[in-house]
Amino acid sequence: MTGSDPAIAIDVRGLTKRFGDRAVVDNVDLRVGKGRIHGFLGPNGSGKTTTIRMLCGLLVPDAGEGTCLGFDIRRDAWAIKQRVGYMTQKFSLYEDLTIKENLEFVARLYALADRPRRVTAALDRLGLAHRRDQLAGTLSGGWKQRLALAACILHEPALLLLDEPTAGVDPKARREFWDEIHALAADGMTVLVSTHYMDEAERCHRIAYLAYGRLLADGTVEEVVAGSGLSTWHVSGPPDRIAALDRALRGQKGVSMIAPFGNTLHVSGPDAVSLDASVAGFQGQAELDWRRGDPTLEDAFIHLMGSVPDNFQKPAGAGGHV
Amino acid sequence: MMTTHAPGLSPRFSPARLVAIIIKEFIQMKRDRLTFAMMVGIPLIQLMLFGFAINADPKHLPTAVLSHDNSEFSRAIVSALQTSNYFELALTADSPEQLDLLLDQGKVQFAVEIPTGFGTDLMRGERPALLVMADATDPAATGNAVGALQRILDSVMAGTLTGPLATLAPSPGPVELRVHRRYNPEGLTQHNIVPGLMGTILTMTMIIMTALAVTRERERGTMENLLAMPVRPTEVMLGKLAPFILVGAVQVMVIMGAARLLFGVPMLGNPLALICGMIIFITANLAVGFLFSTLARNQLQAMQMSFFFFLPSILMSGFMFPFRGMPAWAQVIGEGLPLTHFLRVVRGVMLKASGFPQVWPDLWPMLVFLLAVSVLAVKRYRQTLD
Repeated sequence: MTGSDPAIAIDVRGLTKRFGDRAVVDNVDLRVGKGRIHGFLGPNGSGKTTTIRMLCGLLVPDAGEGTCLGFDIRRDAWAIKQRVGYMTQKFSLYEDLTIKENLEFVARLYALADRPRRVTAALDRLGLAHRRDQLAGTLSGGWKQRLALAACILHEPALLLLDEPTAGVDPKARREFWDEIHALAADGMTVLVSTHYMDEAERCHRIAYLAYGRLLADGTVEEVVAGSGLSTWHVSGPPDRIAALDRALRGQKGVSMIAPFGNTLHVSGPDAVSLDASVAGFQGQAELDWRRGDPTLEDAFIHLMGSVPDNFQKPAGAGGHV
Repeated sequence: MMTTHAPGLSPRFSPARLVAIIIKEFIQMKRDRLTFAMMVGIPLIQLMLFGFAINADPKHLPTAVLSHDNSEFSRAIVSALQTSNYFELALTADSPEQLDLLLDQGKVQFAVEIPTGFGTDLMRGERPALLVMADATDPAATGNAVGALQRILDSVMAGTLTGPLATLAPSPGPVELRVHRRYNPEGLTQHNIVPGLMGTILTMTMIIMTALAVTRERERGTMENLLAMPVRPTEVMLGKLAPFILVGAVQVMVIMGAARLLFGVPMLGNPLALICGMIIFITANLAVGFLFSTLARNQLQAMQMSFFFFLPSILMSGFMFPFRGMPAWAQVIGEGLPLTHFLRVVRGVMLKASGFPQVWPDLWPMLVFLLAVSVLAVKRYRQTLD
């Protein structure tokens, strides 16, 4: 073990990974405190999965250094693998094995001393006990996700890396999943979880936002929203008037984002002065109610995404989710 | 659980982890009924098909006879043909035209015409001609029968031209066909084909099964999970191969049983030498399959590579064509193939009564091959997704 801050689970600097001449992950610094739930957000192809894979030793970084649970991510992959639970984006347990057989296989690989007890405990913890003899391939999305989580926490890892664990899972299952994540964090487990859902981001202690391989924001939800520097007006009124206003405001100086939410229009811009100047001419219109609002996390992310050049533009194609 | 790090798993080879993989592979094999059935079914089916079907020395070939002569000599020849195994006197023709027609239509393989005055000409020592027309579309099919014809003729002459006529017995005429078989005096093709089939069946099933087993992990995405867990490449490789060694052993038992019961192939040599060669051969093939799986991106590629290896194995190992008939460069390639050596071991032990001293020259090249391929495969097996 290297002598690093024991309160930090992940501490990497300048992490870079290139596929061909494209930097899929470009000079990313990331620090995650122990026992925290750190959300990892960003559009498809932004490098979230690649970053997670570098953290658990599945990919070797082209540049950068750092530690994961105090172990060097370049040299100590073997030690890291024993202490990390990694849940892949795509279900990656064996579909032709039953739930119990899958868990027993994982338990054997980690050489867990009290295998039967651990497997039973994991089955009970995630409510899988009554389906223990069902083939994994016949499970629905929500159950597969539970099984995958059970397999990752079987060896009681210090760090959980979850790659879009709730993609394609219904809201109730998502809610239960997040309750479980919080329970695990309360037990002292550190969690780095990537997601596309804003409500999930808001359930994290901190969030990191990655776009085009670059880390654009890192902090609490409030810090990230405040850091975007956005000013927002909420305008409500009859639908046809809102639609007309939407068209009229497009392209106005200082207006960077317009998004309708039912009968309310969110109008935002990075500079409060020029935004106010542009909307001033519309504020006298009848039937419209203008109020100052707070930008949402989604507003902040979309704004952040628009603020950086797309490094995938030059070589054509957006690329898969890497 | 945060502060107390487990003592840590040793990065060295662990039998426990190997067992974990083996158990998993067996369960998966059990679930995959079709593959499982194929592994036992393929050897049997192929053995039955090829063992019975491939015959380089066909007998009971349909033959038509047109005799213009009614002497005792012609009758003796006809009856000798009938009693030989090669010819089946199916029809008697009335005219040369009818004889031609029968041959043209493929109703007979041979047509024999005995000319007018055959008997009297023979008595006068004028060496009459016996006209035999063979449908030689497949030369291999008729070659041996033609050879037999000469012998039948000779023996008929020796039997009938006795006493005062003995001087008329032809001095050994221009006999160009000699069938000379060692180790297999009856010329049973099965004795040669069946042991060879054991090698080719093992090559095909073993390589394809392993190549697919590993590639499937990659295609289904389970490889990512496996790599994220603490397990060494050798553990994965041996864990994947071990179940197939057992499958190979079952296949061998099936084939050996069939060879003895159905085809009556003898076992003249030391069975232990054969078993030893078999284990090395099976493992060598599994290692090839594993190596392919580390190179292939998907199951289709793995399949293509398997066939790429399989074809030269069949054609250049001495299974299909005599090894010594190949040019020197081809023999060099053949010597590099495990099947070549395995065929020599099997045929040696089963037909030539070989023991360890005789098969050792073919055991060690297989061992070298196995070692080289294994090292390459483990090196190629990546522990990362890079």
